[in-house]
Amino acid sequence: MISLSDIPARGGSPFTPAMGLFVALLLTAPFWLEPIGLYHYLGIEIAIWILFALGFNLLFGFIGLHSFGHGAYLGVGAYAFGLFQQEVTVSLWGGLAVAILAATLAGAIVGAFVSHRRGIYFALMTIAFGQVFWFGAIKLHSITGGEDGLLGIARPDLVVGPMRLDISDNISLYWFVAVILVLAVVALWRIVNAPFGRVLQAIRQNETRAQFVGYNVWLIKWLTFTLSAAFAGLAGGLFAMAQESAYPDVMSLHQSGLIVMMVLIGGGLVSFWGPVLGVLLYFIARDIIGGITETWLLWFGLMFVIMVMVRPEGVAGLIHVLRQKFAQTQQKTVAPASNPERA
Amino acid sequence: MTLFKAENIQKRFGARVVLEDISLSVEEGTVHGIMGPNGAGKTTCFHVLTGYHAPDGGRIVFDGRDITGRKPHQIARMGISRSFQIMNLFDETVVIENVLLALPEFRAHGFNLTRSVFDDKALVDKALGVLDQVGLADLAWQKADALSYGNRRALEIAVALAAEPRIVFLDEPTSGLGVEATRQLMGLIRKLRKTYTIVLIEHDMNFLFELADRISVIHWGQVIAEDTPAALKANKWVARSALGEVA
Ligand SMILES: Nc1ncnc2c1ncn2[C@@H]1O[C@H](COP(=O)(O)OP(=O)(O)OP(=O)(O)O)[C@@H](O)[C@H]1O
Ligand SMILES: [Mg+2]
Repeated sequence: MISLSDIPARGGSPFTPAMGLFVALLLTAPFWLEPIGLYHYLGIEIAIWILFALGFNLLFGFIGLHSFGHGAYLGVGAYAFGLFQQEVTVSLWGGLAVAILAATLAGAIVGAFVSHRRGIYFALMTIAFGQVFWFGAIKLHSITGGEDGLLGIARPDLVVGPMRLDISDNISLYWFVAVILVLAVVALWRIVNAPFGRVLQAIRQNETRAQFVGYNVWLIKWLTFTLSAAFAGLAGGLFAMAQESAYPDVMSLHQSGLIVMMVLIGGGLVSFWGPVLGVLLYFIARDIIGGITETWLLWFGLMFVIMVMVRPEGVAGLIHVLRQKFAQTQQKTVAPASNPERA
Repeated sequence: MTLFKAENIQKRFGARVVLEDISLSVEEGTVHGIMGPNGAGKTTCFHVLTGYHAPDGGRIVFDGRDITGRKPHQIARMGISRSFQIMNLFDETVVIENVLLALPEFRAHGFNLTRSVFDDKALVDKALGVLDQVGLADLAWQKADALSYGNRRALEIAVALAAEPRIVFLDEPTSGLGVEATRQLMGLIRKLRKTYTIVLIEHDMNFLFELADRISVIHWGQVIAEDTPAALKANKWVARSALGEVA
């Protein structure tokens, strides 16, 4: 069995081939998206969901806490960004900071209630809290705009030192989101490969043992919950900017389920990059199968079911198996290396 | 010097009283044995002493400090380690990482994001040293769940030792081991007793009588006898009770 906890081939440097490929695709996308029949807004959406998915997988895959209400923090980020633009001042950094702060706070509060729960109880509590936020967004009409949400949220200028750039068109916004994503991915990569990340995985594997070698498991779970809510908040802020609105559906149960599905299909349980593959697959399915039939989500759902049945490790697991097969056929012709894993 | 002391420990689950009145006193540098029939409450006693269950009554003192009611991670950090009757390892990762995670230095780096796990040669060497103590150094880079049963038992002990404890609680370390592996384990514990204070639950009476300085016999959640192996051997009633023949 493969697992997230397999030793990474490389040491502490995040500049791995996979990272190189990821960054290369991300930074060249504006040049090939349209030629292959896609559009820049799709790139923005995908980048935001990758950010959301990777942060979520810290909780779902790495520490093994199966939250089914994570859409709430995406939504809190989106509303916080919108409210800041509309009620305080139009500012990109201010809005994003507030989005992260609000989601972090929401995550910290909910995390304090759920971090001692396990398994189905944890899952149910996250759903319940998710619904509370969603319900709040609908009912607090005077603040959130009720079912319509906040409309006409600005895409503020990017201000860096004396520079002021207009990023309100989709291409510029894409560049901005892509740079934020690269920074976030490098940070997340460092987190999961640092001792802290290995401790998260230790807790997933055996919570009792982790306690008895001296880890404050409750605190680490709470921190992870809060941290992953913070990433969701950042994604939410960017999402509000991309959509130029924030509405209750952003934090619906549907959204929370979607992120779980993406992470599972992609292989978030066995690979850091799994969630990225899952997000890509979802959006490709939406735009390509969606172009053929309105019932695309049904087909995507079926794909999900088949995937869970035949390859529960997701696309990343599939790639791993194929690479091993490939390596085996190669080894028949080439003399085997003495110890390829520790080379 | 008395390193570890439990006074009148009580524990019930609902209406079921599992520990009625347990008192133990462990001298530093000794091996203290615990025996008793199945279901006597030995494992529950370990769970209470190491913070997994809070006691319903009584007091636990370690090195002069009252540790009653502390959490497992706090107790572990004070220098109290344990192994488990039912295997409790980090199974998806390699043998050496099981040990690394338990090293106090590793724990101290917990929030340092500039480090990576296997890059720190000093730490890896230290973990290898711990594995060497239990004879697992050659298997350091195998996955923990790929080890043989006997080696997994040894890894249980290595993880407990990695935390640099002053006292180690071992819950039936010979359970499921063959004759040869049991003999090796006896050699290991003889070696360990020079460094650590050890509390040992054991069903294998030969094993226990061979190693322990003193033995407490637990039955029905109470300590029914406490003495040296030689004195207990002379007491037929105690021997029969430990085998579950007194009902
Ligand atoms: N969490 C619990 N809830 C209820 N009853 C429990 C719990 N843990 C243990 N018991 C009961 O307490 C009694 C003592 O169990 P314990 O595991 O401590 O025995 P033991 O002396 O270690 O036995 P063995 O030699 O079989 O390992 C048993 O009857 C068991 O069913
Ligand atoms: Mg037991």
